Amino acid sequence: MNRRHLLLAPGAAALATALCFAAPMPAAQAQSGGQPIRVGEINSYTGLPAFTIPYRQGWQLAVEEVNAAGGLLGGRKLEVISRDDAGKPDDAVRVAQELLSNEKVELLAGTYFSHVGLAVADFAARNKLPFVAAEPLTDAITWTKGNRYTFRLRPSTYMQAAMLVEEAAKLPAKRWATVAPNYEYGQSAVQWFRQLLSEKRPDVEFVAEQWPAQGKLEAGPTVQALAAAKPDAIFNVTFGADLAKFVREGEGRGLFRNRTVVSLLTGEPEYLDPMKDEAPEGWIVTGYPQEQIDTPEHKAFREAYAKRFNEPPRQGSVVGYATFKAIAAAVEKAGSTDAEKVVDALSGLELSSPFGPITFRALDHQATMGAYVGKTTVKDGQGVMTGWRYADGADYLPSDEAVRKMRPE
Amino acid sequence: MSFYLVQFLSGLATAATLFLVSSGLTIVFGVTRIVNFAHGSFYMLGAYLGWTLVERLGSTPLGFWGAVAAASLAVGLLGALMEVGLLRRLYRSPELFQLLATFGVVLVVQDAASWIWGSEDLLGRRAPGLRGSVDILDQPFPLYDLVLIGLGPLVLGLLWLLFNRTRWGTLVRAATQDRDMASALGVDPARLFTGVLFLGSALAGLGGALQVPREAVNLHMDMAIVVEAFVVVVVGGMGSLTGAFVASLLIGQLQAFGILVFPQITLVLVFLFMAVVLVIRPYGLLGRAEDAPPTAASPGPPLIAAAGAARWAPALLLALLAAVPLVAGDYALIVLTEVVILALLAASLHLLIGLGGLVSFGHAAYFGLGAYGAALLVKHLAAPMPLALAAAPLVAGLGALAAGWFCVRRSGLYFAMLTLAFAQIVWSVTFQWYGVTGGDNGILGVWPPDWAAGKAAYFWLTLALAGGALLLLRRAAFSPFGYTLRAGRDSALRAESVGIDVRRHQWLSFALAGSAAGLAGGLYAFSKGSVFPTLMAVPVSVDALVMVLMGGIQTLSGPVVGAALFHLLETEAMSRTDWWRLVLGAVILVLVLAFPKGVAGFVRDLWTRGRDS
Repeated sequence: MNRRHLLLAPGAAALATALCFAAPMPAAQAQSGGQPIRVGEINSYTGLPAFTIPYRQGWQLAVEEVNAAGGLLGGRKLEVISRDDAGKPDDAVRVAQELLSNEKVELLAGTYFSHVGLAVADFAARNKLPFVAAEPLTDAITWTKGNRYTFRLRPSTYMQAAMLVEEAAKLPAKRWATVAPNYEYGQSAVQWFRQLLSEKRPDVEFVAEQWPAQGKLEAGPTVQALAAAKPDAIFNVTFGADLAKFVREGEGRGLFRNRTVVSLLTGEPEYLDPMKDEAPEGWIVTGYPQEQIDTPEHKAFREAYAKRFNEPPRQGSVVGYATFKAIAAAVEKAGSTDAEKVVDALSGLELSSPFGPITFRALDHQATMGAYVGKTTVKDGQGVMTGWRYADGADYLPSDEAVRKMRPE
Repeated sequence: MSFYLVQFLSGLATAATLFLVSSGLTIVFGVTRIVNFAHGSFYMLGAYLGWTLVERLGSTPLGFWGAVAAASLAVGLLGALMEVGLLRRLYRSPELFQLLATFGVVLVVQDAASWIWGSEDLLGRRAPGLRGSVDILDQPFPLYDLVLIGLGPLVLGLLWLLFNRTRWGTLVRAATQDRDMASALGVDPARLFTGVLFLGSALAGLGGALQVPREAVNLHMDMAIVVEAFVVVVVGGMGSLTGAFVASLLIGQLQAFGILVFPQITLVLVFLFMAVVLVIRPYGLLGRAEDAPPTAASPGPPLIAAAGAARWAPALLLALLAAVPLVAGDYALIVLTEVVILALLAASLHLLIGLGGLVSFGHAAYFGLGAYGAALLVKHLAAPMPLALAAAPLVAGLGALAAGWFCVRRSGLYFAMLTLAFAQIVWSVTFQWYGVTGGDNGILGVWPPDWAAGKAAYFWLTLALAGGALLLLRRAAFSPFGYTLRAGRDSALRAESVGIDVRRHQWLSFALAGSAAGLAGGLYAFSKGSVFPTLMAVPVSVDALVMVLMGGIQTLSGPVVGAALFHLLETEAMSRTDWWRLVLGAVILVLVLAFPKGVAGFVRDLWTRGRDS
């Protein structure tokens, strides 16, 4: 027996890797005029394709528009190097390092899952690289774990819960039940909802709570347990496949009869479309009624998107589009790709999005992008929102004082 | 009272699906001894095929049930195809090698399903005639669930008839009890296995197709069901259909009533239940001692310490690796740092599998405990890195000592599933204990101090610590301790008769492997700057297992080669294509077919043959 060859094999592999990974490094000449501005983009493309592919198409459209309009900083093209993170924070950090060391990106953007977003945010802070978190909803990313280099576009869990509380407080319902996936997103959504609703309506009580494991909802028993508590209304945070199961079983077992349901994100096409004609009716939701929003900025976006991809935009498409429009605006405002200057430019950056004007608050780096609040209904075999209004994110944030208390620095 | 009755019925409906899927798994396992990870993929394929057919034909009751049956048969054929094309070529390989092959199938099926059916969840048609609900004591209950409840016992009855009233069934039972004797008596095992794979996969497909009216078909169905099906099989006793039935009923009811008492505990309930059952009943509820599977390793030629110049090979490799920072960039260095860490993780698992014959499905727990041990010290006590790194193997070792005490009292797949149960318990505690662990949002800011912050410096540090630990593990393999461990693996009875306390040695090796994995976890935490519960989740355990098997379990260098190969493949494929799971799965399948003894085993055979001729 001889072990030498076996042991040399990884050594050879290591050297080969070293050479192969070292080779594609571009000569760094960030100063020269025609050099593209490189943005590293990370998202869970294989883990959650249904959400991340509309998102990718959104940013592709934004980048194409920016470049067609002559690029940035006097003719430099915007170039995006996109990577999959497999839905794992440690993989995301490795990919971020690759983008930084090998691809020499000037900025990072993207991420879907909250924990992945937090890991990349921490990486960005350590490497002093601006990071625009696109989709993660966790409050921590701009508040308790916020940092100088991280900005977030989407309305956070707190903001969306606050939007729904405004509607929920108007209901006569006194006995509430909650159902939410058993992880941080679900827990903080329920926590904020309870807290904010109780402040507005001291007379409400919460009579039941269910915490199914994400993706593993036992629909029948959960529905039955909620019904047994005889609530007047239900606050739902489940989404995706769990939501479809919950709705089917709930209908079958009469859970929603004479009860109002208030539900987070359910009005987004990502969640509403797959349920087709079985989409729930009369739920109060946050979402994105894309086919009905006729503001000029949204119409222009919807038409450009439909022309480019032959399908209507989804919530993710708007997020991807607005994220990269924000990056372009920030670089232009900074007049340079210098990280500190871009961060300063992003703080307080105002721009126009398909949802209207938004600001990245200097206070906590949270964008004031809002969401649409309305009721669900079924029309032509398809779930849609009705009676909706745009809730501007700026109106659903805690006081500056409270935010300052939560944020380190 | 009516509420409890309806809750009970809901539990029965859950149980019916669980039983359909796990009955297939237990039949396949009982006869072929294959740990079939792809079983969940067949369930998912059944759901997707069922969805397609039901959309076309499902407007009438006949069409609907015809579609369900057709989907089930089609999945059965795919299972048979997998046996003929893949597994049959591996029956002479070490026992666990088929596990690696089925893992390759899982990856390929994930991407194939996404390519064929798209990424969006598919909500299928409801069963015609069964859309509504009936009132049971004034509580509405879905009709379709009632049908499912009836279907469970019906399938059990049909299977019982098949196994007890047909010649084929008798042969299957014979092969379940004693495979070698059955084939000595002239039963062609290959044909029997094909049939069994067909039946098992068809049952999984049936379970999947029957879900179409209940839930949206999606790409995460495979992973969601397969672990639970294994739990049912093990709780019921492997190879026992009645056991699987009873276990499904119990777990269905446990979930139905568990959420009333502890709604927060759904994450871990079934694993807690499995741990308790296995601690009390070594072979599950209805399993028998003789059904216990043999241990993992078919020993192969004994390990012999390298002699002569070859002894210096590890030192040479270390020197070679230590020189890499002179030529490589930052990114190459962090990938290599990860490879070195994962090599230690794989080698620590190999200590259990290769030397102890103990297959662990929960090794990630100790990797994660190490990472969290280090991160918690940094976060709560502001400990300096050296102290945190020293604590990592201690914390993990203590965890392994505690879990190992229970685990080593079981063998084979029962051992494996008990390790999985402990890993899931540790995972869910970490996941939910926000005050201490930060829950699923993890712990941030675990960065090395300035002197080790450079990529090269940290690589050297990792190389020194992990390399040192690897050498220690190698030394353990050739120490009296290692020989004793191997004796216990090859024949526990004989080892005990010469006075060896086999269990004690296995226990100690479990703790040693755990602390080595913990060191790897600590190093990983500082290389990433953050820790999350994903570090101790099932996929990490599976990855570690795949690394060990890929490299081959019969050599000490196998896990090191496997870790390097797997990690480099994955990172390269991930950065180049969205279809990286397909690429990775295909490469695993090719490797499995080309090198049925693992890559390192293959090279060694080549070397030995060359020397002998």
